[in-house]
Amino acid sequence: MQKTYKASELEVGQALPDLDLETTATLVAGGAIASRDYTPVHHDKSAAVSQGLPDMFMNILTTQGICSRYVTDWAGPDATVTCVKTKLGGPNMPGDTLKIRGKVVSTDGDDADIEVTGNNAWGNHVTATFTLRLP
Amino acid sequence: MSDKKKEALEAEIRTYVGKPIGPPVTGRDPVNEPMIRQWCDAMGESHPAYLDAATASDTVHGEIVAPPTMLQAWIMEGWEMHEGYDEPKNEQHRLHKLLNDNGYTGVLGTNTEENYTRYLKLGETVTALTVIDSISEEKATGAGIGYFITTVTTFTNQDGEDLGNMSFRVLRFKPADGGASQAASDGGGEAAVAQKPSRIKPPYGHDNGWWWEKVAEGDCLPIQRCADCGKLRHPPRPMCDACGSQNWDSIEASGKATLHTFTVIHYPQFPGYEYPIISAIVDLEEGERMASTIVECAPEDVSIGMALEMLIQEDEDGFKIPFFKPAS
Repeated sequence: MQKTYKASELEVGQALPDLDLETTATLVAGGAIASRDYTPVHHDKSAAVSQGLPDMFMNILTTQGICSRYVTDWAGPDATVTCVKTKLGGPNMPGDTLKIRGKVVSTDGDDADIEVTGNNAWGNHVTATFTLRLP
Repeated sequence: MSDKKKEALEAEIRTYVGKPIGPPVTGRDPVNEPMIRQWCDAMGESHPAYLDAATASDTVHGEIVAPPTMLQAWIMEGWEMHEGYDEPKNEQHRLHKLLNDNGYTGVLGTNTEENYTRYLKLGETVTALTVIDSISEEKATGAGIGYFITTVTTFTNQDGEDLGNMSFRVLRFKPADGGASQAASDGGGEAAVAQKPSRIKPPYGHDNGWWWEKVAEGDCLPIQRCADCGKLRHPPRPMCDACGSQNWDSIEASGKATLHTFTVIHYPQFPGYEYPIISAIVDLEEGERMASTIVECAPEDVSIGMALEMLIQEDEDGFKIPFFKPAS
């Protein structure tokens, strides 16, 4: 099994590997339904268009779910997420490449804060801080 | 809105602060493997503690647990949500309807904070109680003036054990565009579809338009030259600062340059640009100095005096711009 980082092994400023995520209609709709969010703008393009957007857009829970796996894929399976602070920006839609980047912003005992940004052609989609409890 | 009417509205919205939006909501299904698997498929999750009892037992969790960010999913209404709500169903809807009816028609989620006491185990039933925690003073924002409404949801299991909490902040606002976006969202007529932002185009006027046209036509970097005394000048302008002549032509620069100075821009970030941006002043081989951007180079590899070469790149709209990269 993948080794999990200890907080003492991390350096503030250390970058996580880049993740460029191609957003598809399947991902947007699949994420919304997996999170039981049936709001039409997340699975029905015509509903989103009637609200002035070119296409259906990713719901918050999917964005958080993807960012969470981005962080724990890097940190290792024994990293426990204890807190997520999310700042919401512009939409993420089919055809957008969501560029997910992360870095260690602080450590405190066994805890570490990881800042994750997700940007696409519309600008910043999400900025989130994950607090991890590490072994 | 008159001051009196606004005072009355503010007094009424304040009555919602501290109120639960309704009775606690219990998730339809207990924490279960099929829903976790479906979540993991969509999120690209392969965490050993979420999917397989054998591998989960090797982790700190010891057994299958649900992904933490799935917490809210366990109490989502699901299918009913697609129908929308004609009549307010709870205090939160009533508060939003009140503001909507008073011209605060826009709504925008701005931030969330979730605290997870622990990961959820299979078979647990999740109950959520949501309270309207605070309503801000009226604020001026980029979207329009409005109120930030914060709700706090606490999650417990079937034994009343604390599982975590979530605060969610939305802005309820009067659209700054005078309601055009709302007319669109009401389905009234043709919706104004948002355009994907792209790079901001340079000012393009009588004195410098020719320069950008030459870049686009010739895939080259032109430098303006005085037709009388031969002095080069950049950026383009109508008169020679050496002899005062207004006659000019141009030459094609070799594209070779050295870096005079630079700065790395991280913030603020505008849509249509890749960050960080290495913004540079370069000395062209011909002697002129120009502002440009260094590409195909990591910020830590940039040093003053380094040799550069010009390249032309096209932005998403096909607009051609000369940039510089480290000389090969």
